[in-house]
Amino acid sequence: MTTTADRPSQEFKVVGSRPIRHDGVDKVLGRAQYGADLKLPGLIHGAVLRSPYAHAVIKKVDVSRAEAAPGVFAAITGDDMPVTGSKVVDMVEEVTNLKWSSQRVMAHGKAVYRGHPVAAVAAVDQNTALEALKLIEVEYEPLQAVISLEDAMKPDAVIIHDDLVGDHLGEKVSPTNVAEHTRTEFGDPEAAFAEAAHVLERTYTIARAHQGYIEPHSSTAFWSPDDKLSVWTTTQAPFGVRSNVATVLKLPLSDVRVVPMEIGGGFGGKIGLYMEPLAAMLSRKSGRPVKMTMDRKSVFDATGPGPGGQVTAKIGVDKDGKILAATADIRYMAGAYPGSSISAATAGIFACYKVPNVRIDAYDVVINMSKTAAYRAPGTPQATFASESLISELCETIGMDPMEFHLLNAAEEGTRRPDGPVFPRIGNVACMEAIRDSEHFSSDLEKSPDGKLRGRGLATGYWNGGGNRSSVTISVNDDGVVSMVEGNPDIGGTRTTLAMQAAEVFGLPAHDVHPTVADTDSVGYNDLTAGSRTTYASGQAAIEAARQVVEEIKKRMAMIWETEPENVEFEDSVFRNKVAPDQRLTFKEAAGKLGQTGGPVSKTGTVNVRGSGGGSFAAHLVDVEVDPETGKVQILRYTAAQDAGKAVHPSYVEGQFQGGAAQGIGWALNEEYYTSPDGVMQNSSFLDYRMPTALDLPMIDAIVVEVPNTNHPFGVRGIGETSIVPPAPAVGNAIADAIGTRLYQTPMNPSRIMEALANKRNGKNGH
Amino acid sequence: MTQQETPVRKVPVACTLNGQQTEFLAAPYQSLLEALREVVGLTGTKEGCNDGNCGACTVSLDGRIVDSCLVLAAEVDGKSVDTIEGMAPPHGLHPLQQAFLEEAALQCGICTPGFLVAARALLEREPHPDEHRIRLWLAGNLCRCTGYDKIVRAVQSAADKTT
Amino acid sequence: MATVFLSIPLRRYTDGESSAEVPGATLRALVRNLNERYPGIAESLVNPEDTDRLMPGLAAIVDGEPTNMGLLTPLDEHSEVHFIPAISGGAGRLGGSRCV
Repeated sequence: MTTTADRPSQEFKVVGSRPIRHDGVDKVLGRAQYGADLKLPGLIHGAVLRSPYAHAVIKKVDVSRAEAAPGVFAAITGDDMPVTGSKVVDMVEEVTNLKWSSQRVMAHGKAVYRGHPVAAVAAVDQNTALEALKLIEVEYEPLQAVISLEDAMKPDAVIIHDDLVGDHLGEKVSPTNVAEHTRTEFGDPEAAFAEAAHVLERTYTIARAHQGYIEPHSSTAFWSPDDKLSVWTTTQAPFGVRSNVATVLKLPLSDVRVVPMEIGGGFGGKIGLYMEPLAAMLSRKSGRPVKMTMDRKSVFDATGPGPGGQVTAKIGVDKDGKILAATADIRYMAGAYPGSSISAATAGIFACYKVPNVRIDAYDVVINMSKTAAYRAPGTPQATFASESLISELCETIGMDPMEFHLLNAAEEGTRRPDGPVFPRIGNVACMEAIRDSEHFSSDLEKSPDGKLRGRGLATGYWNGGGNRSSVTISVNDDGVVSMVEGNPDIGGTRTTLAMQAAEVFGLPAHDVHPTVADTDSVGYNDLTAGSRTTYASGQAAIEAARQVVEEIKKRMAMIWETEPENVEFEDSVFRNKVAPDQRLTFKEAAGKLGQTGGPVSKTGTVNVRGSGGGSFAAHLVDVEVDPETGKVQILRYTAAQDAGKAVHPSYVEGQFQGGAAQGIGWALNEEYYTSPDGVMQNSSFLDYRMPTALDLPMIDAIVVEVPNTNHPFGVRGIGETSIVPPAPAVGNAIADAIGTRLYQTPMNPSRIMEALANKRNGKNGH
Repeated sequence: MTQQETPVRKVPVACTLNGQQTEFLAAPYQSLLEALREVVGLTGTKEGCNDGNCGACTVSLDGRIVDSCLVLAAEVDGKSVDTIEGMAPPHGLHPLQQAFLEEAALQCGICTPGFLVAARALLEREPHPDEHRIRLWLAGNLCRCTGYDKIVRAVQSAADKTT
Repeated sequence: MATVFLSIPLRRYTDGESSAEVPGATLRALVRNLNERYPGIAESLVNPEDTDRLMPGLAAIVDGEPTNMGLLTPLDEHSEVHFIPAISGGAGRLGGSRCV
């Protein structure tokens, strides 16, 4: 279902249609080559020895017995890693300290998370490599693990990194586990709270949750004797892996070639380095290509989930429910190295509202668990669980309808986001209106026939997304089909959404554009597949390349028609001579005449897109049923409305809404790192880390709202991430509606629901 | 070669694989999943967890769907194994494969082979399952991208078209 | 004159002022002029290793969107400039913290 907020100014032929994706047949046949599917001549297999301790001094690592074992080709430890000195590098998408980047992928002297690589081996097959790990001798001196905000932030905290200098509002502080404390402030929130008719403050705890991609990380490397390194890996960021591997291994950038394999899900978790440098070092030592694939337990233990943490939020409104002020205190656990998503959390927490007086403090705290990574709208679902739960409770308190509250206070064009920038044209109100006008919203929530408790919840969400750099090359074949080379790994149909945008320019069917995702030597620079940027920003590179192709063919037609290029026009896939209207050639006919008019036509579109054009807003509505006997929550009905600007391929836009909603429901109800006091995750399997199955979910109604983005020629917005932002508070608000008391913590699992019901019976509330 | 005192002797396995008589040698500890991928070279069957919880490695064994990571390769001697590679007719697609494409039922695609093999087994038993039945049958297959909506619709669509 | 919004860490240099009207045809010129008014502030804004670039981890938002040319970004008379911690579309960031 699609609603268009404005009558579109453009008519589209390809954009907005639903062609079968170009890579679809390979994927349903099982032929697509994912990371672990790679076969190379002479390939051997690597395995990683991981620290059993979350925090320990590594006194000795001896790999000599492993190295000498039959079938083993090479073994490495932290001593083999070339970079150990401190250096901050800005890789646009990631600011990284190389010392920590290097240490994170292979411990050097100290293990700072359970699963931290301590050594690695390469052997003739996987089993031999795993057996060889048992021959490695490591002497650890366990240290106290710091795994909570409280322990990390207390005055006499155990310090994880002696070399960490924190930035606390501009002051350099050491020793500390608080890497950063930031504050953004507009107006005078304290004065505004003093004038407010109602003020509500609550603290929320959000669990660390994993992206849960089904494909484990897999990386293969071959270090050639001429010091050229090839890396085949399952990554969202081939160019990022290139620069990170080059710097960590002290290689010239262009001597590293990264081949992106098909990627089996990422959600932000496949951006940073994991095994690529280890495979490279093992290859260098063995002279063989080395493949390393993680097991699922290591994916949970040693890769980056989204951060957990605590958010205290406060809101004050006047007697009519208009927001006067809001403040928040956001404390995220970054994992073993700094860098949780506190800046995005700051931008996102109140972004859906006009807040005239605002202050947001945010803390980035290191603990002894694996370094967190981006997870779909990084940092924002956690913060929004706080703000949208708070607003729902406030509405309850003051007796105001949440829909009315949202519409009264909604951010719109010209509203200043809490961290400063002013919104351009955005779809915030349009999404809320789409929910208000939906059949779901006007339907009655029927009573459960068997005494279960039902409730309905509403929440909004925002993610800005990004633009940045992309390069796309389009070449015209003699038959008028074009090939398109791009550099963004295709996680969810972006080959097709890029091809469709080029096809729109050419007036060709989508399948007459043949997309290929190329390695880093075969296409110009592309920033990563993340930040909801691929269809939006790389799509603009595709449009730019296509427009250049059209301009070039106009010149060729002018030669043929003995006229000036300005006289050649292109419309509906036909070139025409304006001064001699009978002179016309279709794109396909023209393509056959390029050879004799100057040779092949091949053009590269490059862009560096500023920002996202205001990002994408969403509103979600959910009905739940709570079993008061067991605490189990069933999702009865779910509707997600989100602004796509212009949906390039509506089916894949809906798919993003539905998939994000499902992940958010999992975060709301079940998913968490259940950790022992010494920092060991206790539920590191898919059985115990309970992600939603088909049986846990209903159909998810997707309403595609289209408020055109003025930053994109077709009005497109990046839409991949916002859909994970509203679900947790929407579900929480629905549970509160059902059971008459509120939970302030994710996951809202059966035991917590039962506890909340017991507290309610005893007259206690949960905050 | 392993670290054990005596070299592990490989086991000959003769099975019917996607309708073809196939023989290969597997180590006694090797799972059917590993043998399919590393020995036979059929990488369409995917590894997501290697402990029977995600369904990405679903294959059909004598007509029953199993997680191939939980079956030893040696166990399939004399049996019939059907993988994603055997699902489509020559130069064509199985109705489920076609429906998955038309309904946009895959995003990253890593879970898709497992879902297709599992869904085929369902439709072979029950040509017209309702939504709940489809969800129950596919509850052993995890997908993290789609929220399952379009997967369920694709199975319904394939069921409708095969009447 | 562009309007510059000064984040809390920068207010150490500005005696607590939260915004300033500063001339400059580019972001670099603006930072130069800002540094003349508030000596030392440029040390928090400019990458010491490449003075065409912003400090790693910092983003400049000009008229509502992040710049794509760093300090070379052109400004107009009514530009609004924010220096805020960079939000990456994906990966984490270090912000102002350091490893020594």
